Amino acid sequence: MIEEKFASGRSFIHQLDPKIRIIASIILSFAAALCDNLYIAGFYFIISSILITMAKLKWMDVVNRLKPLFWFLLMIWIILPLTFDGETVYQYYGLRITVSGVILCCKITIKSITILLIFTALIATMTVASLGNGLHRLYVPDKMVFLLLMSYRYIAVIEEEYKRLLRAAKFRGFNPKTNLHSYKTFAYLAGMLFVRASLRAQRVHQAMLCRGFNQKFHTLDVYQPNRLNSIFLMGIFAASLSLVIFEIMWI
Amino acid sequence: MTDNSSVIRLEDISYSYPGSNTNVLDHLNLEINKGDRIGMMAPNGSGKTTLLHTIMGLCKPESGTIEVFGKLLKNEKDFIPVRSKIGLLFQDSDDQLFCPTVLDDVAFGPLNLGFSPQDAIDTARNTLERLGIQILEGHVTHRLSGGQKRLVALAAVLAMEPEVLLLDEPTAGLDHKVKEKLIHILNSLDISYFVISHEFDFAKAVTDKIYSMEDGKILRDDEIHIHRHEHVHKHGRHPHNHK
Repeated sequence: MIEEKFASGRSFIHQLDPKIRIIASIILSFAAALCDNLYIAGFYFIISSILITMAKLKWMDVVNRLKPLFWFLLMIWIILPLTFDGETVYQYYGLRITVSGVILCCKITIKSITILLIFTALIATMTVASLGNGLHRLYVPDKMVFLLLMSYRYIAVIEEEYKRLLRAAKFRGFNPKTNLHSYKTFAYLAGMLFVRASLRAQRVHQAMLCRGFNQKFHTLDVYQPNRLNSIFLMGIFAASLSLVIFEIMWI
Repeated sequence: MTDNSSVIRLEDISYSYPGSNTNVLDHLNLEINKGDRIGMMAPNGSGKTTLLHTIMGLCKPESGTIEVFGKLLKNEKDFIPVRSKIGLLFQDSDDQLFCPTVLDDVAFGPLNLGFSPQDAIDTARNTLERLGIQILEGHVTHRLSGGQKRLVALAAVLAMEPEVLLLDEPTAGLDHKVKEKLIHILNSLDISYFVISHEFDFAKAVTDKIYSMEDGKILRDDEIHIHRHEHVHKHGRHPHNHK
């Protein structure tokens, strides 16, 4: 259900410490999100493309990943240019397309694609397990890390259970339609799913207790401190900082 | 500890589920000694799983005493050190495998015992190798097949080097090949265990004595006669009694 398609590479990015990659992606995406200039946003886009190239990901796969975002952007492109106030570029009877609307659309498009590319290059290139590990070492509360890891582990099981219930319903002639019976059936399915999920949670907790779980998160990954990690982080930090300063001072 | 010393001793244990009047366990007594290989065959709902969970301290009995390795266990705190010495294999392996990869999962117990990551990895690898499933090491747990899940769950339990194993229907839903493998593994262990099973052949192959449960109490070998006889005769199609 959750594919970790990009996590298995061997590139320079893949070898970086998850902790470093998380920090770098946070710095870069904040800087990109807060910039207000179209050209500067273009620079961030270039940086994110470089990162994707460094991670040796196939552009085709990356673009496929971005598909849901494109639908969202399409909606913005339809609505914003027509509804934003400003200088008119094109008028067709009552419909006016404004310059500022188009510019805003461009900014949103570039910034959102940039941020997703940053996360694809830096975060999607690690397994959920290493992500949990990295977050743990960044002092994210253990409970949050567990929540992440457990959801990752059990979403598939819960989906399987949902499918099983639905199958059982279908085998007995259930044919979803727009009527009360169908709604009721789905409500039963959802309710049953909650009951099963909570029972499962209880059993998992018991299994964890049996194996000596004491509310502490231990992990197997050992990352040796590596000069490349700090160089990479410094590079990202310097790039974002100089772009931010540039924007504040000269634009 | 002498060879015959008691590992687990339950005395006068009673337990009923909240909101129910009938006792699932009713003044039950059970003793597991070192080196014991006990099978347990009893109908569904007779309290077998509850019994195992009581031993692990997951169900709190209303009366009676639980003694493990000669120590009386009263509250949650007493049970914590004991849990690493008793390995419980759950009925549903999906409950037991909660880490992203097989190696993570098998190393979870050793890490909790305070092993360093490297030692935990070594222990986990050794255990996987012992069960002949070292190739599964990097696999994602929820994508394993049912048989693989059961073997990995067993590895996870064995990695903690328990002194007693409690197995809750280890063969449920497994095919012949995995069952054979389980029989082989269990027979090669030199620790005592207590196996719940519905399968006579399996129980016979891995245990020395078979207990049963009735009305919340344990029935011993000499009180029960579980046996199987297959036969053919000409009245086979009609209901009949054997004297």
